[in-house]
Amino acid sequence: MWDYTEKVKDHFVNPRNVGEIDDPDGIGEVGSLACGDALRLSFKLDEDRRINDVKFKTFGCASAIASSSALTELVKGKTLEQAEKITNNDIAKYLGGLPEEKMHCSVMGREALAAAIANCRGEEREKEEFEIVCNCFGISDREIERAVKENNLHTVEQVTHYTKAGGGCEGCHPKIRDIIAKVWGEKEETPVLAKPAKGKKLTNIQRMRLIEETLEREIKPALRQDGGDLELIDIEGSRVIVALRGTCSFCPSADFTLKQYVEAKLKEFVTDDITVEVEE
Amino acid sequence: MRTVYVDNNATTQVAPEVFEVMKPFFHDLYGNPSSMHFKGGEVQKTSVEAREKVADLIGASPDEIVFTSCGTEGDNAAIRGTLENYPGKRHIISTRVEHPAVWTLCKYLEKRGYRVTMLSVDREGRLDLDELRAAISDNTALVSIMYANNETGVTFPIEEIGQIVKSRGIPFHTDGVQAVGKIPLDMKRITVDMLSFSGHKVHAPKGIGVLYIRRGTKFSPLLIGGHQEKGRRGGTENIPYIVGLGKACQLAARHLEEENNRVRFMRDKLEQGLLERIPDTLVNGDREHRLPNTVSLSFEYVEGESILLLLSNLGICASSGSACTSGSLEPSHVLRAMGIPFTAAHGSIRFSLSIYNTEEDIDYILEQLPPIIEKLRDISPFWRDYIKASSKQ
Repeated sequence: MWDYTEKVKDHFVNPRNVGEIDDPDGIGEVGSLACGDALRLSFKLDEDRRINDVKFKTFGCASAIASSSALTELVKGKTLEQAEKITNNDIAKYLGGLPEEKMHCSVMGREALAAAIANCRGEEREKEEFEIVCNCFGISDREIERAVKENNLHTVEQVTHYTKAGGGCEGCHPKIRDIIAKVWGEKEETPVLAKPAKGKKLTNIQRMRLIEETLEREIKPALRQDGGDLELIDIEGSRVIVALRGTCSFCPSADFTLKQYVEAKLKEFVTDDITVEVEE
Repeated sequence: MRTVYVDNNATTQVAPEVFEVMKPFFHDLYGNPSSMHFKGGEVQKTSVEAREKVADLIGASPDEIVFTSCGTEGDNAAIRGTLENYPGKRHIISTRVEHPAVWTLCKYLEKRGYRVTMLSVDREGRLDLDELRAAISDNTALVSIMYANNETGVTFPIEEIGQIVKSRGIPFHTDGVQAVGKIPLDMKRITVDMLSFSGHKVHAPKGIGVLYIRRGTKFSPLLIGGHQEKGRRGGTENIPYIVGLGKACQLAARHLEEENNRVRFMRDKLEQGLLERIPDTLVNGDREHRLPNTVSLSFEYVEGESILLLLSNLGICASSGSACTSGSLEPSHVLRAMGIPFTAAHGSIRFSLSIYNTEEDIDYILEQLPPIIEKLRDISPFWRDYIKASSKQ
C-alpha cells in the first residue's frame, strides 16, 4: 500500500474545486486514458487578471486527484505571472510530499497549468521543436529535460517516476540517459569523483578537491533531506574536520551518522584512511 | 469498522483449525524428523500424515509431493529442474497471461538464450489450442501453462492441453496456485507432470508450498543439500507449516462442494448486482470457464487505485489490475494480453471470495461501491465527454 500523507488522503477523499468552468479564460488538458491519468484544468480571471475561479477534472489514482486538487488551491488568487512560477515540487510540498513513484502526478499538474496559461494568452503550446522520446506514454525530450533540471534527476528510474517516460517497453532508456548526460553535461564530464586506480597517490590538492566534491554531491544532499547539514572546517592530512548544522547539530544520532555515513562515504570516494571529526 | 475481505486470490486468512494443529510444533514437538531419537520420531509420523492429506486433495501419491516454501519456488523448481535435464533443447512454451513467477522467469531464460513462445489469448482470456499444437517442436524442452488465472479466474483446459503435450513426449508443468482448493483436481485423471501450488491461498500460512512431481518425471532439484523430500529439495522440513498445510488441504477437500455452490452463488450475486447497479461495467474473462470465487470487473473511465482506496476506507479489501496499484506504469499484462481497452483496464477491480465470506458481505459491497464509482466518474474528465457523445447519438 502506498504511504500517502494525511494531506494527500484528505485532498483525495474531499477534492477541492472539482468541475469545469463554462466559458473559461484558460483551459489546459494533459494526459490520456491510455496513459492512466489525465487532467483538465480550467480557470477564469477577475478584472485584475487574477485567477478567481479554477476547476479541475482528473482521471487517475489517489495522488493524481490530490495533486490536481492541491494545484487549484495553489493558483487561486494568483496572477498568471505568479501562477506560472509554481513548480511540481510546490504541489508535492503542499501535500506534505508524494511517494517518489508518484511524483509524475505533480508534474502532470504543472503541465496542465502551463497549458492553461498558454491557452489563456492565446499562445500555441510547445512552439519549440520537440521530439517524442517515450512512445509508450508520448513524452517529449523537452518535458524530460525540464523535469531533469527542475527536480535534479540523475537516473532513468527517477525520470520514469517524475514523467512516466521509460516506464513501458523501456526501449527509450538509452535516449533518456543521453538527455540526462546532456543536461548535466559539464559536471558529468569532469571526472572529479573518479577514485584514482589503486596504488596511485593523490596529491594534496586532488585529495582536498575530492573531499569537497564528495561532501557536496554525495553527502550534503542526503543530510538536507532530513533538515540537516554540515560545513567543512578544515582538512589536515586524512583528518576531515566539520561542523554540524541544521537538525544535525542537536540530533542524538549525529555521531552515528558521522561515522556510518559521512566517514564511510568519504572512505568510499576518496581514500580508506579518512577520519571525520567534529570541530571542538 | 466492518471488514469485508474479498482479496483471497492475493492471500487468505489462516483457518482457525489450521492454526490450532500447528501450535504444538512450535514448543513441545520441535524435533527434526531426520533425528534418530524420539523427538524426531514424534514429528515424523505427523508429517507423513500431512503429506497424505495434501496428496489426497489433488489425487496424487504421497511420494509425489515435494514441500517448498511458496508457489514461486515450485514454479522455479519445476521449470529450471526440467530444463537442466534437457540441455540440448532450447525452447519453452508458456502463455502471455502467466503469473510473474512463471512469466518473469521465462523472460529471464529468454535473455539467456532460450526461445520462448508465449501463447496468446482471445478477448475472453481463452487459449487457441491449435496455436499450441503449432508451437511444439523437437526443440521444445517444456510446456508451462497455468491452471487458472489469478486476475480473471479463467481456467484453461488443462486435461486437453496435457494430452496434446504428452502425445509429443514433452514434460508439462502447470501453475496450480489459484486452482487448488477451488476446483476439483485429480492427478490420476489428467496428464500433468508437475503442478505447483501455495499454502497461503488455501487458508494455510504464508511460507509453505507444494510441487507435485509425477512418478518417473525427470527432475533436478533447485536446492541441493540433504536427503529431505527424497533428494528433490534439500533443507530441514518446515514441520509446523507442513502440518498446517495438511490440515488446510483436508479442510479444502471437505469445502470443495461449498466452494462450488455457496461461494459461486455469492460471486454471481455480486457480479450480477454490480452490472445492474453500475452502467458501463464489463466482466473481464470467460464466464463459462472460471473459478467459482473470482470476478474481474472493469468500471470504465475511472482508475482502479482510486476505487480501491475508497473501498478500503469502508473496510472492503479488493485488488486491481490498474497500473497505479502495482507501482508499474502500465496496466496488468493479463488484461493487455486479452486486448481489454485502456479505458477499461485502468479501472479493473478483482473480487475474490472465500468460504469465510457471507451474503451480508456481498450486500455491503453492492451498497457501497456504486456511489464510489459515481463520485469518481464525476471527477473524471472523460465521463462527461462520454455521456455527451452518447446522448448525441
